[in-house]
Parts: sequence; C-alpha cells; structure tokens
Amino acid sequence: MESIIASDWFRLILGLVIVLAFSQLNALFLVWLERKVAGHIQLRPGPMEVGPHGLLQTIADGLKLVGKELILPAKADRKLFFIAPVLVFMPVLVGFLVLPFGPELIIRDMNVGVLLIFAFSTFTVLAILAGGWASNNKYALLGAIRSVAQNVAYEIPLLLAVMSVVLMVNSLSFGEIVQAQHRVWFIFLQPVAGLIFLISATAETNRAPFDIPEAESELVAGFHTEYSGMGFGLFFLAEYTNMFIVSAVATSLFFGGWQGPFGISLGIPGVFWFLLKTYILIFVIMWVRWTFPRVRFDQLMNFSWKVMIPISLANLVITAIIVKLV
Amino acid sequence: MDSQSKDPASEQIYTLNLGPQHPSTHGVLRVLLDLDGEFILKADPIIGYGHRGHEKMGENRLYSQFLPNTSRMDYLSGMIYNHGYVLAVEKLTGVEAPERARYIRVIASELNRISSHLLWFGTYLMDLGGFTPFLYAFDDREQILDILDHVTGSRLTYSYCRFGGVSRDIDSQFIDMTRAFLKRMEARWSVYDALVTRNVIFINRTRDVGVIDRELARQYGVTGPNLRACGVPYDVRRAEPYEIYDRFDFEIPVGERGDALDRYLVRFREMEQSCRIIDQALDQIPVGPVLTEKVSLRLKPPVGEIYFAFESARGLTAYYLVSDGSTVPYRCHIRVPSFGNLNVLTEVLPDTLVADAISILGSIDLVIPEIDR
Amino acid sequence: MSYFKEILQGGLSLLEGMAVTFRRLFQPLVTVQYPRKKIELSPAFRGHTELKIFDDTGTHKCIACGSCERICPSGVIKVQGVKGQTKGAKVATLYEIDFSKCSLCGLCLEVCPTNTLRYSRQYRLVGRTRRDCVIDLLEQLRARVDGRLTEAPRKDKKDSQIAA
Repeated sequence: MESIIASDWFRLILGLVIVLAFSQLNALFLVWLERKVAGHIQLRPGPMEVGPHGLLQTIADGLKLVGKELILPAKADRKLFFIAPVLVFMPVLVGFLVLPFGPELIIRDMNVGVLLIFAFSTFTVLAILAGGWASNNKYALLGAIRSVAQNVAYEIPLLLAVMSVVLMVNSLSFGEIVQAQHRVWFIFLQPVAGLIFLISATAETNRAPFDIPEAESELVAGFHTEYSGMGFGLFFLAEYTNMFIVSAVATSLFFGGWQGPFGISLGIPGVFWFLLKTYILIFVIMWVRWTFPRVRFDQLMNFSWKVMIPISLANLVITAIIVKLV
Repeated sequence: MDSQSKDPASEQIYTLNLGPQHPSTHGVLRVLLDLDGEFILKADPIIGYGHRGHEKMGENRLYSQFLPNTSRMDYLSGMIYNHGYVLAVEKLTGVEAPERARYIRVIASELNRISSHLLWFGTYLMDLGGFTPFLYAFDDREQILDILDHVTGSRLTYSYCRFGGVSRDIDSQFIDMTRAFLKRMEARWSVYDALVTRNVIFINRTRDVGVIDRELARQYGVTGPNLRACGVPYDVRRAEPYEIYDRFDFEIPVGERGDALDRYLVRFREMEQSCRIIDQALDQIPVGPVLTEKVSLRLKPPVGEIYFAFESARGLTAYYLVSDGSTVPYRCHIRVPSFGNLNVLTEVLPDTLVADAISILGSIDLVIPEIDR
Repeated sequence: MSYFKEILQGGLSLLEGMAVTFRRLFQPLVTVQYPRKKIELSPAFRGHTELKIFDDTGTHKCIACGSCERICPSGVIKVQGVKGQTKGAKVATLYEIDFSKCSLCGLCLEVCPTNTLRYSRQYRLVGRTRRDCVIDLLEQLRARVDGRLTEAPRKDKKDSQIAA
C-alpha cells in the first residue's frame, strides 16, 4: 500500500486530478473576479443575481456554453477546428506540473522546470494559429497571423528577463529559485527584468492592451470568431488559466514564491503566500486591461524590438558581469 | 480559389467586408476593404442599409407631422435636428419664437451636442480597445439625458421644439440640474485627460493617423469638428449665426494637423465651449411665454423655398424646404454632414492598417442612419 | 537621452491612467439594480396617451371629434363615437391606440379641443403579439377607476411647472 502512495504514477495521477479540478475552478473564479473588477472600476456592481454577489454566475454561464451547439463553419478544416481548443488547454495543464505552490507542493520539481513552462507556453500560439486557420474566416485568419507576429515580439524579452534571474540562481528549478529569494525578492534586485517580464507576460496571455489577435473592435473576435459553445469556452478558460500561470511564474521568479516578504512568514503556510501574491498580480493584469486602449500590433513590435529587447539584453549583460564579479 | 490554382505564385488581394454587421461600424455601414496583408489598398464605403425614406415622408405630411422624424435621422443630435427644422419652418412662415423659448432651445441643443460628443468619445475609445472610458462618458451623458428627460419627457428622440417655441417650459429644477452638470463637467475634463488624452498608447494610436488636409476636406465637403481639426475655423453658429448664437461668447476650437488626435481634441474643446454657451444662456434667460399662441399645427407657409443651415454635432446640416402654399411641403431635402465625412475615407484609408482604419472610422464620428435616412 | 525620457514619460502617463481607474474602485456605484430598485420617473415622462378623469364629470371628455386621428403622423389612433343624449355632442365609444407604431410626438395632446388626453406613467409594457400593443384607452380608463391599474406616482402639476 505504502509503495503505491509513494509511487511516481500515483503522484502523477493524483496531481493530474487536482490540477484539472483546480484549474477549472480557478478559471471560473477568475472570470467572476474579472467581471467584478471591471464592474467596480466602471462604477457598476458587475454580476449580482446568481448566487451571493453573482459568485455562481460563471457556473451558470459555463452550463449555458456546454448546452450550446458546436457550429462548424462551411469549408472549415474539421480536424484542426476541433483540435485547436484542446491544444490551447494542453500546455496550460503542463504548466501546473512544475509550479511551486509551497515547499512540499510541487508535483515535480524538475531541474528544467522554468524551461519546460516556457517551452510549452509557446504551444498556445500554435493552437491560436490552428484555430484561426481552420475557421475559414477572414477575421479569424487575420487574428491568427497577428498572434504569430506578436509571439516573436514578446517571447524574446520574456526569456531574456527570465534568464537574468536564472543567472543569479544558477538553476532552472523553480524550487531553487524560490529558495534563493529567502531574504530578498528578486523584484528588488531585478526591477527592470521584473517589469519587462510582466509586460511580456500580458502579451503572452493576449490580454489588453496587447489583445491584438482577438481585438474585438477590429477583428470581431479575432481567432475565435467562429467558435461557439464549449469550443469558445475552452479558449476562454485557457486565457484565464494562462493568466494564472504567468502570474504564478512571476510570483515564483520575482516575488518570492511561497515565502513571506523578507523572510517573515508570520506563520502563514507558504501556499497562502503564493496564492495571495499570484492573485494580486492577476488583479494588476485585470486592472491594466480595464484602463488602457489597445496597442497596434506594429507598435507592440516596435516597442519590443526597440525598447524591451535592448533593455533586457543590457540588463542580462550587467547581471552576468555582477554575478561573475561577486 | 480559382486564381490560386492557376498561378499560385501570384499575389492575391484579400477582400475584407467590414460590416454591415461589425462592432466598429456604428450602425449599418459596410466598407469593402482590399487588403495586402493588413495594409489597405482600396476602401469602398457602401451605404443605404438603413434607408427609411425620411425625405419622402417629409413631403407627404403636415409640417408639424414631420417633427418626430427629425430626431430620428441623426439620433445622437436629435434635439439639434429638431431645432434646425423648426427654425427653417419658422423662417419660411415668418413665425417668431418668444425669447425664453429661444434660450431654452439653445440650452437644450448645446446639451445635446455635449451628449453626442460624449457618446462619440466613449465609442471611439471602445473602438481603440479601451472599455472603461466608454462607461465614464456614459455616466456623464446620463446626467444630460436626465436633464433633457426632465423637461422633454424623452431621452433620445425629443420632439421638443414647436413652431413658435417649445412644447414645455423649464422649471427651476431643470436649471439647478444643468448648473450642477456644468460644475460636474469642470472636474471631469482632468479625469479624461489623465485617463485618455495624455495616455501614451492613445496618442500613438491617433497621432498622424488619418490625416485630412484642408484641400481634401474642401473637395469632399467635410464639415464640423472634422473640418475644424484641419485648421479651418468654420462653424455655422459663427459663420451664419442663427437663433441667438450671436449673443454668446464662445471660441471655435481648431486643430493643426487634421489627424485623429486633432479631431479628438477639437471635440473635447467644443464640449467645453458648449458648457460656456449653456452657462451664459442660463444667466441671460428671460421670463415669459415659451410658445407663441397663434401657431396652428396645420401650418400653411406662403409659397417659397428655404435652405436653412445649422451646426449639428457632426457638422453643417441643412433643411431645404419648398412650399407650394399648402399644408404639406412640396419638397423636403436634408443635407447631412456624415455623407461628406464618410466619403473622404476613400482617400484617407488607403495605405493604412486595418487597426488604423478602425481608429480613423471612429475619429470621423459617423452616424450612418443620417446618411441613409 | 530622449529615448529614455520618452519611455519614462510614456510609463508615467500609463500610471496616471491606472490611478484614475484605481480610485474608481472605491467610489460609490452609479447604476441601479433595476427590478429591485427603481429610479423616479421624469415629471414630463411620455408614456402612451391616456384619457384624463375630470373631477366635474367623473370621466373623460372625449367628444370623438377625430382631430387626434387626423394629426397623428403614424395613424396610430382609432376613435369612434355616438351622439349623446344632451345637446347633440358626441361621446367616444372606442378609443384605441396601436402603441407599436407610436413615436410619442405628442401632437394628439396638443390638438385635442377638450384637453382630455395626457401621457400615462406606464413604462412596463410587454406584449407577445401585435394585438397586445393595441391599447384600449376606454378600457384602461375603467381599469384605473376600478383600481385594477396602478401607476408610478405622479407629482402634482404645480410642482413640475414652475417658471424660473
């Protein structure tokens, strides 16, 4: 019996079940939170009718989406069209494998955890491209193309920003990176990298002001114009789960993960610190979305190539020199 | 598909049908875009989806029966259209409205102008992807609608003006509400400036986007804030003062470059000027009747014709009425500003990006039903 | 140097915008949860037309002259009447409006010789068929007299029409 619990397979399956349940519930909660944040920023209450303060609203919406017909557009690529929403959710789940929720709460503390998460997050772009292409819709195609163009622009500064942290810790394992922030969070040592990471992460999740692939006022709904029912629902949930993952990664890399500020944990379990910081970051991302207009995609690329990449490169070089000297 | 199979190497033009159902075409406008990547090669606006025959309706009913139609062409400046029509018929017939009514009409029209510009501001920001300014603008606009609702009983299609006056007198509460609104707006401009006008993303989306120069504007008959943004200080309220606009002290804001940002700034400063006009009108408003007694609803203007131009929220608007001496106009024609403003797009849109096209389309401030009418 | 200055200025302008929205998070809401809370109707509210009840007669004064029927731009009104016993004046036996076509211009109120029309304060008008949009004003008048029909409070005319 004990051997079963200790076995790798058991841990994996248990982890998968927990991850699936958590990611879905979390996404539903985030959708509700987003609507509340948007509402209060705009001086209105947001959902109020279903459940206390509308807490069950997203569940009602989800049920409605499940009940809807999946419409396949004429001349669409049938296989690709249905694979795309699944494909967009897969990397999201992989991300949960390596996220350090607490000192003991990592499904797998791989020595290449950071690499794994960023490698898989790029899949999202592939899914968006597949979905936009398969839809046989002009707006969807434009959205898909924009998504790919945008991907090139933000992935480089994103990784460069992460690299400066990795250089300081000399490890790609999330566990070790969080441990290294026992005294001082990396946001204080690497403020530039932290900021660049957050900006790129917003673009990574296709959130406003970088929601260029789905720019609803330009491209109707962008790459998911033709998706109905749960096809759309999966894209939607993936967006929110993605948001959680980038915020969680930012928390681990720059905000001390499960550690309290400056080594003061106040006796609160690490997982609460971790979730608290992650949700604060998510709130910031939402707050940004409900404040700014959308950037034009060539402006994002200009900003990326002319500002973010040079600065993050310089930051990386300076970090490397200091690490070498100290 | 065919051309692809013949010569796969040849470059194809990507035709995008923007509208008639599209989140950013504000009404049922359709623009056919020929694209090369995301660059626009050719833009072809197609209008007429919302044709209801308003002009024809004007020709087969009493002058007074056309009153409700006037606020349904440009539904965002319904009061101004209503006001202009009443002025045109009054001039044709030789009816004079009492002083108090004239002041009330000006206050109502200027409130309507602010509400129209606020709605434009909100929807423009929504076109650019910013949702929150839209709701802030609507919050302010609600105040205006409440004020106008208080006196006219309607929030959008007012039908408030009558030949020889207005249908209902204002009360002290109306004046208090309007004063409170003016005070509120003074504090609001800085909020909009901080949230939008100074925002670097917004400036990048509008600066040097969709430049219309004076000559182009003249060729296409562009009027209103779009023309003033090119640096031409033409405003019918100043050029050919009607009603009592010559009694007020206000400026005609003009832009320099004629780009989307200038159009934005001109509209913003116009709202401030409208507030000034309302403030002066509230100070000067006399006591007295609001409707001339003897005007019948079955008005019979003498034989003649009139072309009466006025400044609606979107530019120079005019009614052309021909009377054959009967109770029904012989000809009723309406000059709408959005028509010229829309067609200049055929020159402005080429060589811009789709994202810019949305920005330009929004900055022009079109109300399609007034073109289709 | 202007490169960094531009970035800094842009960033500051973004922070300024975020401060605006953050402050709004703690401000009172401006919307009302409609069916639970209602806002006051404007004193000039234009609902569909209805017949006034006069104190001296206890009922309306419609003489079925048909003026409103003729002035209506949309042909909304249908009035029929019979000669009454006294002095040969007509009394309305039917007054119907097709509210689905009404544009609420108010010309019928202004043209009425006996001033018997006014705007109702009914705003929750729901129908499933076109026939439901046809309102029988005489029936509606009886319903008001019987107390079967209540409406949003109407302020006295004196309150709403004060000359400034």
